[in-house]
Amino acid sequence: MTDPTATVAALPADPFRRSLWPRLAAVALAVYVVYACAQLEVSWERVQTGLDNAAKFFSRLFPPNFHRRDLLVKGLSESLEIAVLASTLGILLALPIGLCAARNLMPLWVTWPARLVIVLSRSFHPVIVAILFVKAVGFGALAGALALTVASIGFIGKLFTEAIEEISLKQVEAIRATGAPFASVLAFGVLPQVFSRFIGFATYQLDSNLRNSTMVGIVGAGGIGGTLFAAFQRFDYDFVCAILISIITLIMIGEVLATAVRAIFIENATLPDLLRPGAAMRRVRHAEDD
Amino acid sequence: MSAADPARAVGPVGTSTERIWRRFSSAQRLARFTVYLVIVAAIVVSIQTVEVIPEFLADAPEQVADLLARMWPIDFAHYPGTVHAALTETIHIATLGTLLSLMLAVPVGILAAHNLVPVTPLNLAAKLILVSSRSVNSLVWALLFVGIFGPGALAGTLAIAFRSIGFVGKLLGEALEEAQAGPIEALTAAGAPWASRMTFGYWPQVKPAFWSIALFRWDINVRESAVLGLVGAGGIGMALDSALNLFQWPRVAVILLAIFAVVILAEVAVTQVRRRVI
Repeated sequence: MTDPTATVAALPADPFRRSLWPRLAAVALAVYVVYACAQLEVSWERVQTGLDNAAKFFSRLFPPNFHRRDLLVKGLSESLEIAVLASTLGILLALPIGLCAARNLMPLWVTWPARLVIVLSRSFHPVIVAILFVKAVGFGALAGALALTVASIGFIGKLFTEAIEEISLKQVEAIRATGAPFASVLAFGVLPQVFSRFIGFATYQLDSNLRNSTMVGIVGAGGIGGTLFAAFQRFDYDFVCAILISIITLIMIGEVLATAVRAIFIENATLPDLLRPGAAMRRVRHAEDD
Repeated sequence: MSAADPARAVGPVGTSTERIWRRFSSAQRLARFTVYLVIVAAIVVSIQTVEVIPEFLADAPEQVADLLARMWPIDFAHYPGTVHAALTETIHIATLGTLLSLMLAVPVGILAAHNLVPVTPLNLAAKLILVSSRSVNSLVWALLFVGIFGPGALAGTLAIAFRSIGFVGKLLGEALEEAQAGPIEALTAAGAPWASRMTFGYWPQVKPAFWSIALFRWDINVRESAVLGLVGAGGIGMALDSALNLFQWPRVAVILLAIFAVVILAEVAVTQVRRRVI
């Protein structure tokens, strides 16, 4: 490589030349889209008639009708109760299960069943789990709370396991070397290392349970979802709009509170810090994903 | 877990011989205590007010046994007809919805990235679009689109797409903001137009993130599209809904098993593709 012109000659003429595969993939994708649209009977006419309907539909949504406030408040508070109970129960159950599933602390015969439980709880959408619980414990908030508990076990269990598997074993070893029993190893070697991440996904799960608790009512598992679906089927679109506005407000409040909790526990913020715009709040926001 | 600021540690300084070290200042402890208090209060209030019908609860073991007895010999004869068609429809809804959301989310994600579009009002408007897309559940989007386009897969596809815009756009915007400025400055210095800066400056940097966001969202969408049918937006949820309404439990069992299989396959597929391509 002493001659600089040799290197230049070795470079391809067009450094951004595309290979054949992405083009083939793009063609395959286009063919698939056409095929799938035909299968789903999606056509431009349907979209156009829909757009005509949309104007009518939105004119019936507005103005929102808040007259049946009792129904609204009752549904929303039931959703809140479901979210709180499901998160509490879910987190309490998920912690031991997640711990059992961690490969670096537990033997294989313990991790396997625990992992199976986590995979099973994650594979179904909460609304489908709610259907089964409605059959088991009848209509009402209990079914919703149990369904969201299962969802929480799946989510928190998985993340908690991953968090434990990523810890540094030096501290665990140090505590073991003092002859500490297993419970002390957990309390002083493992939990301090995963605590801040735990706060992150616990608040996230509360948030997500709040979102889903407004939906499980569609299958009769309590909360505002039932009211929403009934209003929709009776074409009470102005009430539907009122319910949607309330749900979105509730979720936004929940998100703000979750951010505050994260700021307090992860950033060591004080209560006055929370009211100050900027600093702590903004830094933690990055921690969330969907 | 960041250690507390030692300067904030409370304790008598100087005169006293004993110095009490505390990890958090009293204001920090007050904040934490408030959170604990609110949590406990919320749990207590929820337990007291939630409506649980004791007869239903006492009945539960019997009902579960009944459910399993009705479901048990799983009759796969139900699968070939309607269930298979509904399952493929679900996968089409998830895939088309994801593709549509990618198309819609790219411009919004670009608008949300401050280094690409240094106009704060536009950034905020884009972020508002992303937040509202994310805070409406996909079932609610499905209800709205069923109201507009009538029941069917079109409503489901649009619901999936609109719910995904927020997710894809947010993550894409963040990936764009994290892109290194060096290559872009080099392109700008060479007089490259906007389109070239995008294709040769930003795109190569965000490409891995983009494809992994797309795959991740597709995986989520396969799960979500399975329930959209409960509100009439097409897919296997509709088959599930009709089977439930007719109390055809063996058929429900087949449908649940089909959903389970598809979800697991989708997850395996995503993991494999991610490992090989990205």
